[in-house]
Amino acid sequence: MNGAPGPAQYPLLLWPQAASHAAVHVDWLIFAFTAVTLLLTVPIFLAITYFALMYRSGRQVDRGHTVDRNVKIELSWMLIPFFLTLAFFAWGAQIFDVEQHAPANSLEIQAIGRQWMWKFQHPGGQAEINDLHVPTGQPVLINMISQDVIHSLYLPAFRVQMETLPGRYTQLWFTANRPGEYRLYCSEYCGTDHSVMDGLLYVMSPRDYAHWLSQAGSSQSLAALGKKLFSNYGCSGCHGVGATIRAPDLAGLYGRPVPMEGGGSVIADDTYIRDKILNPDNNLIAGYKQVMPSFKGVIPEDELMQLIAYIKTMESSS
Amino acid sequence: MRDPATPHGTIGQPSDYLHARYTLRSWFFTTDHKRIGLLYLASITAFFVLGAIAAGLIRLCLVVPNGQIFTNDTYNKLFTMHGVIMVWFFLIPSIPSTFGNFLLPLMIGAKDVAFPRLNLLSWYVFMTGALFTMITLILGGVDTGWTFYAPFSTTYSNTYVIPALLGVIVVGFSSILTGLNFVVTVHKMRCPGMTWFRMPIFIWTLYATSLIFLLGTPVITLALILLVMERAFHIGVFDPRLGGDPVLFEHLFWFYSHPAVYIMVLPGMGVITELVAAFAQKRVFGYKFVAYASIGLASITFLVWGHHMFVNGQSQLASTVFSFLSFAVAVPSAVKVYNWTATIHKGNIRLDTPMLYAMGYIGLFVLGGLTGLFLATLAVDAHLHDTYFVVAHFHYIMVGGTMLAFLGGLHYWWPKFTGRMYPEAFGRVGAFLIFIGFNVTFFPQFILGYLGMPRRYHVYPPEFQLLNILSSAGSTILAVGYFFPMIYLIWSLWFGKRAPANPWQARGLEWTTSSPPPPHNFAVTPRVDFEPYDYAIKAREVG
Repeated sequence: MNGAPGPAQYPLLLWPQAASHAAVHVDWLIFAFTAVTLLLTVPIFLAITYFALMYRSGRQVDRGHTVDRNVKIELSWMLIPFFLTLAFFAWGAQIFDVEQHAPANSLEIQAIGRQWMWKFQHPGGQAEINDLHVPTGQPVLINMISQDVIHSLYLPAFRVQMETLPGRYTQLWFTANRPGEYRLYCSEYCGTDHSVMDGLLYVMSPRDYAHWLSQAGSSQSLAALGKKLFSNYGCSGCHGVGATIRAPDLAGLYGRPVPMEGGGSVIADDTYIRDKILNPDNNLIAGYKQVMPSFKGVIPEDELMQLIAYIKTMESSS
Repeated sequence: MRDPATPHGTIGQPSDYLHARYTLRSWFFTTDHKRIGLLYLASITAFFVLGAIAAGLIRLCLVVPNGQIFTNDTYNKLFTMHGVIMVWFFLIPSIPSTFGNFLLPLMIGAKDVAFPRLNLLSWYVFMTGALFTMITLILGGVDTGWTFYAPFSTTYSNTYVIPALLGVIVVGFSSILTGLNFVVTVHKMRCPGMTWFRMPIFIWTLYATSLIFLLGTPVITLALILLVMERAFHIGVFDPRLGGDPVLFEHLFWFYSHPAVYIMVLPGMGVITELVAAFAQKRVFGYKFVAYASIGLASITFLVWGHHMFVNGQSQLASTVFSFLSFAVAVPSAVKVYNWTATIHKGNIRLDTPMLYAMGYIGLFVLGGLTGLFLATLAVDAHLHDTYFVVAHFHYIMVGGTMLAFLGGLHYWWPKFTGRMYPEAFGRVGAFLIFIGFNVTFFPQFILGYLGMPRRYHVYPPEFQLLNILSSAGSTILAVGYFFPMIYLIWSLWFGKRAPANPWQARGLEWTTSSPPPPHNFAVTPRVDFEPYDYAIKAREVG
């Protein structure tokens, strides 16, 4: 734990704090499922106890007319609980479906996990370590990647977590609705200091968040930083306007299908662009000769995120 | 042919398998399935003690939230050893390799398993794997968690990962040999009249388990060999820096390790079915449904591994399908529970120690199973994944389930194994202590998980301390409970009452031979002309 004053420290906490509508929704699902669980189990527990006492050896009770098979009974206790619980499968799948699709207007925060700390970068370039500040009332998308082993960003106040993988981006999103201090954890075991790879999640009103951003201090946005890197690493030499080497035009690339050599196409998402920078020999693009050098081991993860942020801003020239 | 003349030692001939020979050689080179069963029993008990000590130390650490008792590395090694030992060196071999080896031939009227020497080899292979694990411990341990996730295990861990992996790889071959032996034995060695639907349910579950051994174990063996290759020779399979994919390892690992849950659970279900029928003196309700449910579980279990991976970027479609299939697993599980309950109905019930364990098992297994459905629910798993809720859930299945079945079966068949009775009063006290201690230990962990406490946390937020202290307190009760059978069972070897051939008036073939059985099990090869669990018929005969 960091020494910082934590969220409400009750001696005995029995109910987790919820900081989003979605979290309350998940709580209701768990509530209802618990009720049905009790409905299904309590009769069994009572029956077993009752039968064990009622039919104890030596007691004079009616043991006649027993049956040892009955297909109708078998089918009913196979299928009725199954269909009953399927309602929860559907309910859970429906919430999950929402969790999987972040709204297009989400505020995108970049996260990097490494042994044993979190680094978060806000779109304006503000960076923070282990703690995360987010505004209420706006969908927030966290786009994350690991620098080493598998981590997992767990935000219990929103009832969501997502593994942070090396080599590819994963996302989670939420819309906070209750300002306060909550905890964030790494929930995937990642080595020695796994249990101290945690921090505080500050949910703030939009005004407080804006104020925090201005205090956090950053000279440039991620995209602006990326633009600088784009020329520093020499990307603009080939991909830039008026370049002499025939390289694919990156303007308007993001989110579009890229035709592959040998047929098919791949959507140019974050993971694709990152992979093309590091492993240009993978996924050869139709109509281009592969001459790009690999930047593997050259560009660190946070700069890759800045480059991608910049590429996303490159408007289609047509 | 229910009661072939019970063999008593004629002059100059040893009467039972324990006293046939006394030399060390006669134990370590035995091909008698009963002696091999006892060799396994001794080995896995030793490992259980080791794993339990690790668990006790973990609970000790977690009494305080700031992790001041051990270093983080020591704590990580403790839970890794606890997991590796308990899963691969206790739970997986527990019931199949001890009770299965001892009872499978007895229950189907055979002289031995199909390949007695292979059977002995499987124990030596097991001990070789055990040796690697002990070497790992002595060198200083391993800190990857029992799940060995890459690239942590292949590139980043600074501990003895390769010896630990070799231990698990080798012990897998012992599972494969045992599984092969059991499948062939069930197919080829049943005595005259022992048709498939006259086999005890325990044999059905052993058969289903053996299929998982044969079909699942090679996958984990290969996956772990790939880990060794990547760690030792930097052949990129899982580490993205070497061009690999860490999610691939999660798939390969869980493709085996989810079915492995049923390796641990199915034989326990079989044991409980035997206990419930014997102590209710009643035919198993819906015998065929229960038999088919075992095969059903063994099949569906291969199709649900993705429910361990809802939050790793797996496609939404895959997650939804895996979630649905995981709900389907509940169907055969429910069949078992409801049929046990119906079997008890209108029985003639004795609440001896094995039956107490069986009733405890049913309660805890139901809770463990239904909390499994919570975790199979996509949106719920997004919150509870990798929290203490998961820890509580699988301990309800593994300890509440498999461990109680193991102890119940151990008491039930102890007279057959040893020729001695255990002391009943102590048995009941032990069963109660274990049941109470278990619940006090693990129920608070459901709440901790729901509150958001991640698993494998040595240092944790102070608001979780009270529940953690409660859990640790429960574990001391549980420990005392475990001491009971450990002590009085050993005591009974010398001072226990001599056991009759059939102390429980049970109906299985294993009870028709003497306790302990002669070296070749039966004086005359049994012929079966009766249905399994024909208790009602007997009741009619008697009264």
